[in-house]
Amino acid sequence: MIQFILRRLLLTLPVLVGIVFVVFAIARLLPGDPCFQALGQRATQESCEAFDERYGLNEPIPVQFGIFVGDLLSGDLGTSIAYGRPISDILIERMPVTIELTIFALTIATMLGIGLGVASAARRNSRVDVGTMMFANFGVSIPVFVLGLILIFFFAVVLKDTPFALPPSGRLSAGVLIVPLAEAWGLQDLDGPLRVVIDFLGNMYVISTLITGQWAAFGDAVVHLILPAIALATIPLALIARMTRSSLLEVLGQDYIRTARAKGVIERRVVLRHALRNAILPVVTVIGLTLGALLSGAVLTETIFGLTGIGLTITQSILGRDYPVIQAVTLITAILYVTVNLVVDVSYAFLDPRIRLE
Amino acid sequence: MSFGPSDNRLAARTETAGDAGLASIAPETLAARPGNLWRDTAKSILRQRSAQVGLVLLTVLITTAILAPVIATHDPNEAVGIEEGLTAAQKGPCIHLLGCRESQPQHYFGVDRNGRDVFSRVVHGARVSLYVGVLTVGFAILIGSVVGGIAAFLGGAVDNVLMRIMDVFLVFPALVLAIAIVTVLGAGLINAQIAIGVVAIPVYARVMRASVLSVRERDFVTASRALGESGPGILFRRIFPNAMTPLIVAGTLGIAGAILEVAALSFLGLGAQPPLAEWGSMIALDRNQLFNAPWLILAPGMALTISVLGFNLFGDGLRDALDPRLNR
Repeated sequence: MIQFILRRLLLTLPVLVGIVFVVFAIARLLPGDPCFQALGQRATQESCEAFDERYGLNEPIPVQFGIFVGDLLSGDLGTSIAYGRPISDILIERMPVTIELTIFALTIATMLGIGLGVASAARRNSRVDVGTMMFANFGVSIPVFVLGLILIFFFAVVLKDTPFALPPSGRLSAGVLIVPLAEAWGLQDLDGPLRVVIDFLGNMYVISTLITGQWAAFGDAVVHLILPAIALATIPLALIARMTRSSLLEVLGQDYIRTARAKGVIERRVVLRHALRNAILPVVTVIGLTLGALLSGAVLTETIFGLTGIGLTITQSILGRDYPVIQAVTLITAILYVTVNLVVDVSYAFLDPRIRLE
Repeated sequence: MSFGPSDNRLAARTETAGDAGLASIAPETLAARPGNLWRDTAKSILRQRSAQVGLVLLTVLITTAILAPVIATHDPNEAVGIEEGLTAAQKGPCIHLLGCRESQPQHYFGVDRNGRDVFSRVVHGARVSLYVGVLTVGFAILIGSVVGGIAAFLGGAVDNVLMRIMDVFLVFPALVLAIAIVTVLGAGLINAQIAIGVVAIPVYARVMRASVLSVRERDFVTASRALGESGPGILFRRIFPNAMTPLIVAGTLGIAGAILEVAALSFLGLGAQPPLAEWGSMIALDRNQLFNAPWLILAPGMALTISVLGFNLFGDGLRDALDPRLNR
């Protein structure tokens, strides 16, 4: 097992180098002189030379690549032009928002998706099956931004003043305040990596209010996440439901299932205990792979629902021509994606010993 | 984000393990009933319920695109609402048959913020989306199939290097990479199409590679080689035409994804620029009117959904009909 994990890690290395290279290349291909981008069109020759000197832009490209990689390894992602702050600080603030949203969406998608997939495979061609597959087709076809806007219209306009109304944007209602995690734990003076971790956790409002018992704020944070999570979950939900259905149908056609039925095992048990266990593997892969769809979707979802996560950060930096931020966020999302797929691969090997032997 | 193409990207990743299934049809089977292949294929496609629905939706989309100037009631870019002096209350949908007062000028989907007829814009948007989807996927397939075909045909180090490069592009979330590319190229519909196309290349490279790998081993290829045909000749004249089927399926599903993603880029202001009647940018323009004029978003939104649904359903039907291995 350990050998498998090591080999898998080794295989990831070239991909990571490739990602860094692609992002570096995109950054160097940007139109216009970075000096004018940063200092404005009226920057003088001298100040530009000083600028190039400072950021190592007068070095040959291979050396620049070396510096870029070195900075990355030491955790330096550069400085945002728009905010004048280190990008890593911005990410610590905003990444938790996206992670929280993604976890919410993925939970909805997985639970509902597997449930619907099982229901439609167990009763193939029934009304449930046809309905689920119609929904799945519709789900992958409706653009995230259209669905998001329709949800807002329905829950914030049509259902306004009913108990089912949901807030259309933001993370908390006006007037709801949250005691930061570091303060709640009396660690304001703490510094260093541990503080970063605590701040990171503290920016996931649902989790931080839950562990500090701020119930009013907790409820408010959850309510604000429902609509964006539904909008974001639709595509993965549809994909998971489809995959569960087809994988389960394949397994249900196998001999051992017939044997189980012949032995008189009740159908419910055949499907849930005998078949589902063997059908779940491809579903796990799909769940890992939908992360790409989730991160793409987060860009649109956060933009529509006004959630300041990394998705909205991308949109804002496009408008503000904040190239270093776009570069850093692209890099981070790709690395995140690779990491999750690594985890999926390893968990796959845990679930199915045959894979380790290959 | 869907995201259609993500679906496609998933498929590309999960399918690489096995080789393309169509090659498993023995050549004799096809030879026994000459000339029937296309008719058989068409028949089995039309047997699929999803393909039938997809075909109907696509027919509507294509007809609308071709006849846009005939179907549209107004010039899509003319501020007719302002010329007609519509009051704020009159900007909503007005259809005389459904009881809208005859004295008020007819606008099926109302007029937008700039006084333009939304129905006409939605109708003309069909042209843009169809053109965007087909062209983007065509570009990606062209490059992807050459890369994948060469990788499979030459094998060894070339295969390894080419496919590892493709892998790197495949690990970026589609929309995020597309955004990064558009920021390099500059906003615009063509650049958005290039970005989405580039992002999709690895998908087709993988599909083509798998397909070529299996076709390569067939007898007629050995025969061509024995007859002394050149390497490129074998690849482009003998193998490619026989390895196209999985690509056609992936391409059809890919068009759905391309339409979605270009619309998403346009929604973010990176794709189609005003005043072009493109569905994504129409939604972006009137997004803030959601609360008092939801039809301005629903009309282009539903048009987008229906077009994408059409390609998805038809693609699914194609796959089931053309690829017996995937029959469910």
